[in-house]
Order: sequence, then structure tokens, then C-alpha cells
Amino acid sequence: MAKIVVDGNEYKVNPENNLLQECLSLGLDLPYFCWHPCMGSVGACRQCAVKQYRDENDETGTIVMACMTPAADGARISIADEQANDMRERVIESLMISHPHDCPVCEEGGECHLQDMTLMSGHNYRRYDKKKVTHHNQYLGPFINHEMNRCITCYRCVRFYDDYAGGTDLSAQASHHHTYFGRHEEGTLENEFSGNLVEVCPTGVFTDKVFSQAYTRKWDLQTAPSICAGCSTGCNITPGERYGSLRRIVNRYNSEVNGYFICDRGRFGWEYVNGEERVNKPLQLTDNESKEMSDEEIDRLFGDLAKGEVIGIGSPRSSNESNYALRKFVGAANFYPGIADDEHSINQLILKLHKDRAFHVPSVREIEQADAVFIVGEDITNTSARIALAIRQSARNQAKELASLNNIPVWQDAAVRELAQKERSPLYILSNAATRLDDVAKQTLIGTCAEQARFAFAVAEALSGVVPTDLSTEHEELLSEVVGVLRAAKRPLIVSGSSNGSIELVKAAANVARALSGDGPANLALVLQEANTMGLELLVNPGQMLSTALQKCAAGEVSNVIVLENDLYRRASTASVNRALAKAETVVVLDQMHSPTTAKATHVFPVTAFSEQESTYVNYESRAQLSFQVHRPVTDARPGWRWLTEGNGDINSIISACSEESEGFGSLDGLVPRLSQFAAGLKIPRQSHRYSGRTAMIANLNVHEPKQPTDTESVMAFSMEGMPAMKDASILGSAWAPSWNSNQSISKFQEEVNGELKQGHTGTLLLTAKTETGAFFPPEVGEIDVDSDQLALSLAFHIFGSEELSARSPSIQKRMTDAYVALAPADAARLNIKHGESVLLDGDSVALACIREKIPKGSCVVHCGAQLNRHDLALKVSLTKAGEAVVRRGLTSLIVSDLCEESY
Amino acid sequence: MVTNPLTKNIDMSRPPLDIGGYEANDGYQSLHKIAAGLGSADVLETIKSSGLKGRGGAGFPTGLKWSFVPQGESSPEQKYLVVNADEMEPGTFKDRLLLEGDPHLLLEGMIIGAYTIGASKAYIFLRGEYHGSVRTLKQAIAEAYARGYLGSNILGTGYDLDIILHTSAGRYICGEETALLNALEGKRANPRAKPPFPQVSGLWGKPTIVNNVETMCNLPGIITYGVDWYRSLGKGEDAGTKMFGVSGRVKSPGCWEMPLGVTIRELIEDKAGGMQDGLGLKAFLPGGGSTDFMLPEHLDLALDYDEISKKGGSRLATGTMIILDDQTCPVGMIGNLMKFYAHESCGFCTPCRDGLPWVDAIFREFESGRGSEKDLNILKEQVEYMGPGRTFCALAPGATAPLGSGLRYFEEDFKDHIRRKRCTYKD
Repeated sequence: MAKIVVDGNEYKVNPENNLLQECLSLGLDLPYFCWHPCMGSVGACRQCAVKQYRDENDETGTIVMACMTPAADGARISIADEQANDMRERVIESLMISHPHDCPVCEEGGECHLQDMTLMSGHNYRRYDKKKVTHHNQYLGPFINHEMNRCITCYRCVRFYDDYAGGTDLSAQASHHHTYFGRHEEGTLENEFSGNLVEVCPTGVFTDKVFSQAYTRKWDLQTAPSICAGCSTGCNITPGERYGSLRRIVNRYNSEVNGYFICDRGRFGWEYVNGEERVNKPLQLTDNESKEMSDEEIDRLFGDLAKGEVIGIGSPRSSNESNYALRKFVGAANFYPGIADDEHSINQLILKLHKDRAFHVPSVREIEQADAVFIVGEDITNTSARIALAIRQSARNQAKELASLNNIPVWQDAAVRELAQKERSPLYILSNAATRLDDVAKQTLIGTCAEQARFAFAVAEALSGVVPTDLSTEHEELLSEVVGVLRAAKRPLIVSGSSNGSIELVKAAANVARALSGDGPANLALVLQEANTMGLELLVNPGQMLSTALQKCAAGEVSNVIVLENDLYRRASTASVNRALAKAETVVVLDQMHSPTTAKATHVFPVTAFSEQESTYVNYESRAQLSFQVHRPVTDARPGWRWLTEGNGDINSIISACSEESEGFGSLDGLVPRLSQFAAGLKIPRQSHRYSGRTAMIANLNVHEPKQPTDTESVMAFSMEGMPAMKDASILGSAWAPSWNSNQSISKFQEEVNGELKQGHTGTLLLTAKTETGAFFPPEVGEIDVDSDQLALSLAFHIFGSEELSARSPSIQKRMTDAYVALAPADAARLNIKHGESVLLDGDSVALACIREKIPKGSCVVHCGAQLNRHDLALKVSLTKAGEAVVRRGLTSLIVSDLCEESY
Repeated sequence: MVTNPLTKNIDMSRPPLDIGGYEANDGYQSLHKIAAGLGSADVLETIKSSGLKGRGGAGFPTGLKWSFVPQGESSPEQKYLVVNADEMEPGTFKDRLLLEGDPHLLLEGMIIGAYTIGASKAYIFLRGEYHGSVRTLKQAIAEAYARGYLGSNILGTGYDLDIILHTSAGRYICGEETALLNALEGKRANPRAKPPFPQVSGLWGKPTIVNNVETMCNLPGIITYGVDWYRSLGKGEDAGTKMFGVSGRVKSPGCWEMPLGVTIRELIEDKAGGMQDGLGLKAFLPGGGSTDFMLPEHLDLALDYDEISKKGGSRLATGTMIILDDQTCPVGMIGNLMKFYAHESCGFCTPCRDGLPWVDAIFREFESGRGSEKDLNILKEQVEYMGPGRTFCALAPGATAPLGSGLRYFEEDFKDHIRRKRCTYKD
């Protein structure tokens, strides 16, 4: 700790940081633009000018930039100094000489860091009366609006997009006061994290295009702390609602999980919530007819079902509560996972590994700290994007180490990058195709799942000092390189997951981690496929297989089935689902959207979306998190558990019951705050203190102001009244602090910059007990005999398109491709198939051919999207040209590095 | 003894001396001294004690700068020497004379410098428009390779050096040493934060020395003829000779080598022949566009780093003067400079990027007769706002030097523009 003096007051600070960061940590108000808590300092904007004094006798002092000055012991500064104040005012004045001052029509208005800093600096009168510089705006794709005239040239956008997120298609162009931030030509911003520009930009240059379509000021949005339902990372988000429709999602800070950033699927993939494909009413479906059900009919239906044997199929995208309620309704013996058999087996293995003493499952923050990473088969950018962003940061740890050796503070962002150049912490990737992390990887080994598993098993063997039994000689050099790197690393991390449906990959990854676990557990991150896969797997008996449930139905052993939030055609082969549903007498489907499964149901019940319910989810590390209800559904949708619970219950009791009755869920109940925790028992308002129009919102329908709806269950209220989060962040939907209207106000709620939120909740790990002592898996890899006219098949995932619900959002759809089969140029030539042509897989499924340089000869990679059922595909296929090309979206949205579009 | 070591081979009426001619006039003697056992530590000591100061403008002691390069086993093996030949300072054309007149002198200096800091690669970052220098340098480099003065195992010493000529795409900011390094790496030519200094983390993150052309050209003489000879060249406090130039409406503008410490009067009156007939000297910028104005009362000050700054309130900088005569509008002259600096700002930091265009816009209004008291006050504010320490690099503080001193010395001219709503020099 160091002592510094700020305006005569002594503070204890961390000398490793700069003065700006420490001032903000201390809660002092000091304006800034280019500095970012996650991206450090570059000294561009000159906004954080303070006066620094040599010692207590120095009365003159010099102006320095707080962000570029270490918080060294003995530093004496003044923020209030008149000269410093004047400098900060002048900076605002000059960086706004060409700013359009269009706040009333700007979508950043009301949450604009530039507005906040302008007020804070004291600048209020425009003296510049010359000609302004104007810029041309670009089309940047379906997610982001571009309004360059508002730019204050802080360079944050390119520093985030290029330096932090690895993007290549946004750059600083031109110079002097014509400096321009945009693409080399108009077009979609390719990076998966482009949406963060909306929050990183301190003003309205980059705004949320989806939000634009039905824009509302920040203060008019009803918000609550929520959890992203897009993948198993469990990023914290804040959805905002107005007039009964969801309007946008922004990042919500969680120091352990997503920090300041979320991926574009999480930010933009919510439109389905307002969509026309939602199930609105409880329906009884008979041949070609659907009839709305009355309450009596509903009671009778569930009453009848409860009397007999019912198969319940749970959902990895549904909450713990709904899955628990279904299990309770049908009994554990009849509760099956709504997960494909192969994935379920992998998930259960992952659960077991979680409990193994040899492993530590790292949080996203811990992943960032790894100094060597080995990815075994998981296309992490497309299955759990936020984790990929963390891995990208981990590659910079080598740079930070180098900087420390050269006495360069790590917050000196540009200097650290300059010193390190291409020196990176090692990252090795095994994959079936080129990946989006290849640019920071030492090497990417591309091969079939079997080849990848063999290599990883060999790494584990070599690490344990065993001569690898089964490895082709061409990989020997890479093997010894990977082994050397992992052995030398202090914080190595092994990453794998279930997306490929290959249990061998996970076993091999576990073996590598086990071989690395010596003195302590080794970091093993195994990602799952959906928001609550982990929760469902914890609730279901391990031996229960979806195929068993389908067979029982098909065989007529059980004639009633309840399907919770699931499209079974994504979980099992079309034929097996058809057989089961055709035979069952009653098929009750509870879901948010109509799907091929609801089409086969006898009864369909509308279920609330993530933003319409209070619920808990468990992420890949077994972190259980509570997601609050943001708004009331405009339809008759209810949470799944409410349809299935007699007397309908309330959320608190269902969470308590789940917590008490389900093994592993003991700490779930602790997530729910009780009203007694809060001052005077006041509820937390979902609406801001500036929420406007409450009395007028429905005046077009009725001039009488309706009573505010009461939320009898939650500690949050559908109201402006109550005790908002001001000093602590125990329930912090939308961050706001006096003078800080933008998301930058988060520093007011952090213990220190980048620290935990004051009284905040980072979630509760359910699997903390290490009860298992596992052993190495035998390095057995199944072989597939591929005939010379066939290709070995594996799967490709896409951040936009592979996840079921987000794929039904119009903006996400603009980034999606058709189902495709990617193959090597040599195979394409042999089969006389050209890029973009329609092909038949085994004479049956239609997909577009996509020719990629790095796909190994003899194999192909298939992206199913919503068009193909992966469970209908064999592990080897033969390709033939389809007659007529069926192109809906084409392949233009495909962002991969090795496309052979031109030459084929 | 030689008294003009920088220009002794220069005769612009003929092509520069080839390597043979250059060697015949004591050229490349320093290399033979090194081959005979003069160690890099000895060279460093010699340069330190010679008192040589950087001729790029800042006047920082060269030997001291070199001594910051980390040496020894734990230091990065790759080090670089970069010669800043991006001569773009307004009014400055001294390096061009050296580059076109005697390229081997620069190469010899570079070999000495690179050897001293242990650099196996050296770059010449040349102003893009200096086509003549490209020709002379290319030929000289080829001759030096052919003679074994460049390449591997130079003169059997085991020391390797390659010199790479890089022509700039052309921005004034590339003359700032860290922006130059970014440009050389193919990045945006924005300056870098210091610390870390290039000596620690320079080109491609490796220890790097960036020196001006003229600085390098001083080295061969020092090694060949010795420290005592070198120190005796200067007439005042500073050692050695320097290239001085005069532009503006004098009788014979040009560039000459003179001992440091001669008076300004000698330069303007003896070398440049005094003012053209009918014109009086109003003021002058002593070392290029980024220095404060000096007045006729300063004519007898010595051209010496300390004296110019302490007694003249300006900087010797590049030593190339721009003369302001009494019939040229000072507002117009400063406005012209401001237009240049506003356009050449790299766009990285706010005061420079947005302050200079504002200043430029105000000057345009003054010139067109629309100047106002309000804007005059804003100009004065901008001088402080863009001052040292407040901007990211020295470009804007440099630009405020003629602006601030001009506002001080020529306030009446500014006010005249406001009162009469026109430029009174343009009658």
C-alpha cells in the first residue's frame, strides 16, 4: 500500500495502479474518456488532468494526466486546483468543437458519458463559432448504428474492437481533426463482440440498432438484474422494457463472470421475446384445429395427468424451478433430460469431473489469468463466446510479465503492447476447422474428433512420463512443444466441452488436466451447451436417457408426456421423435415459442421468457445465479413451474423446495434476497426515479391512472417507489449515481475499480465439495471407417444460428447462414462441387457447400442451424449435388478465415 | 586542423564524393580505429566527454542518451539504431545538405553509433520528398557494403551491421521519434507515451536509439580527430560546429556550417548578407517553426543551446532561422505556421487535435478582416492550453512557441487587424 494526498486528504492506495484508477476507486469524481477499467491508459483525451506537487512545499505544481501517472507512495495531487479544473474544462470545450450537440435526438442522451463529463468539468457555454468538421456515416450491419459526427476521438472503440476483442475491420483512419473511426468500406462489423462498442463509446457514435427500432431513454426503461439465457457462461445482463415489450439488453457487471463485456448473441438475441411466434394462450390442439383452454379444462388436464404415469422431459434452457417442478410432477423415475443421449452422457461425466479433487473449474475471471491454454475440440467462440474473449486476454499475460520485468506498469496499455509485440502466452487449439482464436494461438491442429482426442490423450501421457501409445509421427514435434509449455506454466488451463458430442474429447482433456494436477488441482473448464444444462443435469438421475423416454412412448408403455421448453427435433432423430409423439395420447408442451414439437402436441402452454420471470440458472462452473423478472408478460404466459404446481405456488417457495429437495441445490435458497434485508422493508424499484409518463402511458385507452401492479413475490416492485440501489449493489439492475448517468457509474458500486460490487452477488457455486478421486481414462478412441467416396462428418457451430431461441430474432437472422457442409478444396474438386451450391448429404438432407482451405481432405464439417437435425446425420456421409439450389440466407454472413469463395 | 568537419567534403556544384574520395579525406578512419581494438565502451566514453548534443532540436547529450540502452547478457540481443532524416520542420533544410552533399559521413556516423550501442540493424527514416537524398544514400550504402564497411563481420571485428533506407510516406509527426518508430513498424504515426523511452522499448519493442542526421555526422570527426579537437571547435559553452540556416527576405539565404557560439549577427549579416534592401529585421525564429520569436535586440547573443534559451527566451533547436521582415505581416506568418501544424497534428490527443484547428480558424478570420477581441483572448488561452505537459507530445507545445511569443511581441498587429478589419500589410 502507498499513501497519497489528494486535495489535502491522505489515502491509502495500490501503487501498482495509476492515479485515475485509484481516485475512482476512492469514490472521487475525476472526468476521463480514453481510460477504461479493462483496457488501461493511453493518455489520449487529456481529460483527467490534475495538479501534481513535488512535495508539501511545492505550491506551483505541474499539470499531469492522472491516468498516465503512477499512484506512487508520497504522490501529492489536487483535483480541485483551479488550473487543473480549467484544463479539464478546456479539454471538453475543444473536443466538442465539432460535436453536433444533438443530445435531444441522440440515443446516447441520458446515459452519455460525454454529457456527464461535460457537466462535471463545468464547461457550459460554446465559444467555438467556426465551421464544424462533418463525417460520412457507414452502414455497419444489423447491430450497430454509426454517427461519426458525435465522435470525440477517444480511440476507445478501436482499442476495444481491435486490441481487446481481436477484430480486424474497424480502424482509426485519416488524421488531425479529421480522424475517423470506421470500416475500410461499409459492411457488417464482423467481430462477435461488436455490440460492446455501444457501451465502450463514451458518446453516441456507436449505438444499438435493434434498440433504435423502438427506442426509449434509459430512465424510462423498466429494468432488473438478469442472467443471459444464451449459453452456459451465465453472463449478467440488464434487459430493459417499456410498454410491455423488451427493448434492449446491456451488460451488467459481475467481477467473476462477464466483467464489462458480453457477446453479440447475448446483447442482440432477445427479439424473439416480443415475437409473433410466441405461444400466447393455453391451447388444445386437435387435427388442424386449436382451441383456447379454459381454467377448468387446464385444471382437469393436469389433474388427470397427475393421476397416472407421465413422462416428463426437462429442458436445459429452462430454469431450475421449472425443471424441478416437472420432476416433482412426474416423479424422478419418469423425469428425463431433454438433452441428446450423447451430450447427456458427456454432461454427466463433466459433473463427475467437477467433483474430482484433481480439478478446479475456473471462473471467466480466472480463465483470463491463465498463462497457457490448451483447447481440446471446443469451438469456444461459437459456443461460449465470452469465454473465448477471456482466453484472448489470457494470451496477453506474457506481455504483462515482460512489462513488469522492464518496469513498465501493466496499465500502460500501448507501451505493454509495443514491448511485447507478438509475444503471447501460449495457446494451442485442437479443432475440426479453423477457429476465431487462431490469430492468438501458437498453433491450431485441425483434424477429426478422433484425431484430436488421440493427440490430447498423447499429451496427457507424455505429461505423465508415459511414451504415447498412439500418435502419428507428424505430430510429435507439436506434442513435445505442447507438453513443454503446459509443464512450464504456472496457471495452465485446459478447455473442452460437449458440443461435438464426443466424450473422448472430454476424457482426453480431463486426462491432460489430471496429468498437470500435482501440488494442487489443475484448471479444467468444460463448457456446456445451454444456459441451464448444468442445472438440469443436477436434477436428473444420471441413468435417465432421452431415447428411453422416446422408446417408452413409441412402445405405448406410457401414453402421456409433458415436454418442458424443448424442441425434441433438436435432441433426437426425426424418426424417433415422430414415432414417440405419434403414439403418445397426450403430449403437453410448455414452451415460449411454437416449434416443430408444439406442432405435434395435443396441448401447448405459454411459458414466460427469461425476462418475464424470476428464476435461477446454473452455469458451466456450477455457479447458480438469480435472474429477476423485468416485466410482466403481455400474454397468458407463466413460468413453467407455475403450470405444473398445484395451487400455483410462489417463486420463493418453489426455490426453497428445490433447494431442500434436490441434491446439490442446498445453497440455491441463499440466492433469494428477503425483504427484511432492506431498509424499512422497502422494495427495490424496477423503474428509475426519473421514470416518466406513468400516469399517461395508457391514457389513449383509459384516462384513469391504473394502480401500479404489485409484485407479491419478489423483493422488486413494478414501480418507481421504494429504495433504489444507491450506495450498494445488492440488487443493481441499471447503474446510476449522482453525476454519473452512463454505465461508467459502475465504479461507484465497486469495492474498487475492477473489484466486486459492494454487497453484490457473484452467484453461488453449487458443486464445491470435491468428493471424487478419479483416475486417468484409458486412451481409447473409436475409429470410423470412412469409404473413399465418403467424408467423415463433424459439426460446426455458429454464435448466430446454433442457439435455438436467439436464432428466431430478426437481427440475429441477418447474421445467420443456411445449413452448410464445409469441405476441403480437394474433395470439392473431386466431387465437382462449387462453393455455394446445394448438395445432398446421403441423398437426403440439403445443405449449401462451403469450401474451406483448412478442412482436412476426407472430412467435412456440417452446420445444422434450424434447417437440419444433427441427429439425422451419420458420422460419415456421401455428398451429391442437389438439383435445384435452395438458398435463403446463403453463406455471405459466414466469418471464417479460410473461405475459398473466390477460386471455387 | 579541420574546422568544418560536417561540410569539408561538400561541394554542391558536383556530385558527392564516392567512397574513394571520401576515404582520401580521412573518411572511415574511425572504423579502422575500431578494427584496431577501440571498444564500444571506449567510444561511448569518448562521445560522452566530447559534449556532443543532439542536433535534432532538443539538444540532449548524445552520449548520455546512448548510455540508457540496456547492455549485457540480460538485455535484449536485438537493438536498433534509427536515424531521423524526416526533416520537415518549417524553415529547416540542413540535413538535406548533408544527405545530398556527403552521404558517407552519415554512414560512418551510423556505423560508429550502431557499434557503440550494439545494434546490428540501423534504419534511415528519410523524408519522402527527399528524392535526391535517396539517390545519394543508395549509392553510398552500396559502396559501403562493397568495401566491407557494412554487412557481416565488418573489417574482421565480428561485428555485423545492416543499414536499411526507409522513405517516409510523409507526415510532420513522423519527425517525433516515437511516432517515427510507429511509422517504421507500419502503424499509425501516433507518438508513444514516454516512459518507456525508446532506449528501453523502441522499434518493435527493442532497445533503440533515434538520432538526427547531423548528430550522426558529428561522430566521425570526434573519433578520428579526438575530443580535444572537437571541444576546441565551439566558440562558447557548446562543443563542435553546427549547421545553421537562414531563410526569409535576406540577401543570400542558405545553410552553412559554423562553430557553436558565434553570434546571431554573424550568421544573419555575414553569412546571409543581411536584409534585402529596403527591408528591416522585425523578428526571427531561431531554430525552425517550433521556436519562439526573437527580436533584433537579441542579435548579439551567441548561437549556443543555453544562451538562446536563457537570454533569448527561445530555443536553438535546429539552428535554422526564419526571418520576419518589417513589411511582412506577422499575423499572416504565424497563421501560415498554424495552418501547417493544425494539418500535421496526428489526431491523438485532444488539445493538439482540436486546439490547433480552432487556432487556425481564428487566424483565417483575422486575415479576412473578421478578427475579434474574443478570439484574440481565445488565442492567448490556447497557448497555455496546448503547453508542455498538457499534450501527449511536443508538437502542439512547439506550435505554441511562435504563437505565444508572436502574441506577446506583435499584439498591436493583431489589434490592428481587429480595428481596421483587414490586414494592413496588404495595401
